[in-house]
Amino acid sequence: MSTPSLSVGSDARAGVREITMAQAIREALAEEMRRDPRVFLLGEDVAEAGHPFKVLSGLVQEFGPERVLDTPISEAGFVGIAVGAAMTGMRPVVDIMFGDFLTLAMDQIANQAAKVCYMSGGKLRVPLVVRTTLGATRRSAAQHSQSLHAWFSHIPGLKVALPATPYDAKGLLKTAIRDDNPVLFFEDKMMYQVKGPVPEEEYTIPFGVADIKRPGRHVTLVATSSMVYVALDAARILAQEGIEAEVVDPRTTVPLDVETLVQSARKTGRVIVIDEGYRRYGVTAEIAAVIAEEAFYDLEAPVRRLGAMDVPVPFSPVLEDETVPTPEQVAAVARELCGRA
Amino acid sequence: MYELMAKIRAFEEQVNELYVTRRMPGLAHLYVGEEAVAVGVCQALRREDYITSTHRGHGHCLAKGARVDRMFCELLGKAEGYCRGKGGSMHIADPDSGNLGANAIVGGSAGIAAGAALSAKMRGTDQVAVCFFGEGALGQGIVYEAMNMAALWKLPVIYVCENNLYNEYTHYRETTAGDILARPRAFGIPAEEVDGQDVRQVLAAARRAVARARRGEGASFLLCNTYRFYGHHVGDVDRSYYRSKEEEEWWKRERDPLRILRSWMVQAGLAEEAEFERIEQAVREEVLAGVAYALQAPYPDPSEVSQHVYA
Repeated sequence: MSTPSLSVGSDARAGVREITMAQAIREALAEEMRRDPRVFLLGEDVAEAGHPFKVLSGLVQEFGPERVLDTPISEAGFVGIAVGAAMTGMRPVVDIMFGDFLTLAMDQIANQAAKVCYMSGGKLRVPLVVRTTLGATRRSAAQHSQSLHAWFSHIPGLKVALPATPYDAKGLLKTAIRDDNPVLFFEDKMMYQVKGPVPEEEYTIPFGVADIKRPGRHVTLVATSSMVYVALDAARILAQEGIEAEVVDPRTTVPLDVETLVQSARKTGRVIVIDEGYRRYGVTAEIAAVIAEEAFYDLEAPVRRLGAMDVPVPFSPVLEDETVPTPEQVAAVARELCGRA
Repeated sequence: MYELMAKIRAFEEQVNELYVTRRMPGLAHLYVGEEAVAVGVCQALRREDYITSTHRGHGHCLAKGARVDRMFCELLGKAEGYCRGKGGSMHIADPDSGNLGANAIVGGSAGIAAGAALSAKMRGTDQVAVCFFGEGALGQGIVYEAMNMAALWKLPVIYVCENNLYNEYTHYRETTAGDILARPRAFGIPAEEVDGQDVRQVLAAARRAVARARRGEGASFLLCNTYRFYGHHVGDVDRSYYRSKEEEEWWKRERDPLRILRSWMVQAGLAEEAEFERIEQAVREEVLAGVAYALQAPYPDPSEVSQHVYA
């Protein structure tokens, strides 16, 4: 992460304290647990251990083991338990340590949580948040590095949030907890120590509202999660060459703020979509298609996509770094689109 | 209890009839032969207690208090169905009677039931949750994951295993190693085996499990030995490759849960044959009225297709 501190987009304001993304998430959870006794946490090592990335440190001390529940290593089981608790009056927040482990709970998320409301004709609802991680470059190899948010964006009945800044993480997580639907909340594990301004006072960020992290006029970089930083670095490179890139962060893939994406595409006429999920059949494909459908006649060039390579994430640092889009790659594509290659 | 069992029987016979005459879409998995399990267990529950059910769920829904006419509406995809026609036979849910929904994923509700029990415990109510599942679910990992947590956290959940001998079209002995009761016992969950054709045995065992759950002593497991008189689903007509006619006839003749209760009551001098005739006539009329109502009821407006995806 080349940017340890980020003051861009809607969270840019003077005089606001800076905290890390991990702290922002912890604050969101603590505030919601204080506000609503129905909110509770469960997952592996969430209590005394405070989560492997220490995101949850201190919560069990404040709220007790009745509301911060350490589970066995049983993803299907405890996600199922959270679904049942959510259906009957509680508001569980489940922690899936690594996004790769979502595969173990797939039936409970995709067949149960996502469908309960619809199958019951709206009589049952599942106010559940599944917090998990995405992102490579931690040298954790193929079963601890995947970015699987596209899978869940594909299933009707689920909402999917991808915060990129501490400000967004706190505001989106509070919205997720208050939502009556199951929400998959993906945090990039490389971003927990990234700092950014977060106001002391209460705020929430609605789902389905993209954020312009940097305004520009020559090319739009639509970027999610950690790819926002890649896009911002690319924008800085491009600015030195006279290309003003606009960086737009959808913040949630479901619901997707099509309007803001299309407006930006119409303004710049050139779009690159960058996401850390596998490129094939991924989030970039959906966003590129939506823009092509809605803004085709305003485009100066085909929409381009950058995603993780379609390979299992390798261990060797040299190989792993190859799999993730870089600012240089984004800048090179932008130059091509702008006729400066 | 006899009335409820007879109602389930009459309901299911009518479902079969609807399918045979091609008036009902989709799949149906009949509960005929297993009535004593649903009725015995649900008689031990209060309305606000929870159940989760299976793809063979009509009996559980009725036993927990669902209405015949609205169930038929759901089976026919009508707007007045319990799920506005969006769930159908395998997904009937009725939160008003504590029914958190039938589940078409075998074993899929093992966690949900434990979660409802956890929720009751956290909210400080004395509700219990019953998870009905077939012996086929014993092959699913989530059943054991959920039982482990239910035991660790002393959750008021009762796992009711309906062993009707067949995992779809395969005898359970070909799929299930070892001793079924040893499995819950390995988690420290008290487990009992009962004759699932004798509603009085089921009720007595269910009462013990419910009392234990309400006392805060945690989960229980009931193994109910039973038999489905029909096939896996209504289209499963040729069953000769997995079970014999003789076997089916023996169960129907010797182990029919309605007959077992009836003959016990007559022998004990608690009721006369005429009374059973009257009950059966009454439930038959209720079922016929329900199906007639549902057949004429309106379908949902097509615009409802995109409603309820999100709350």
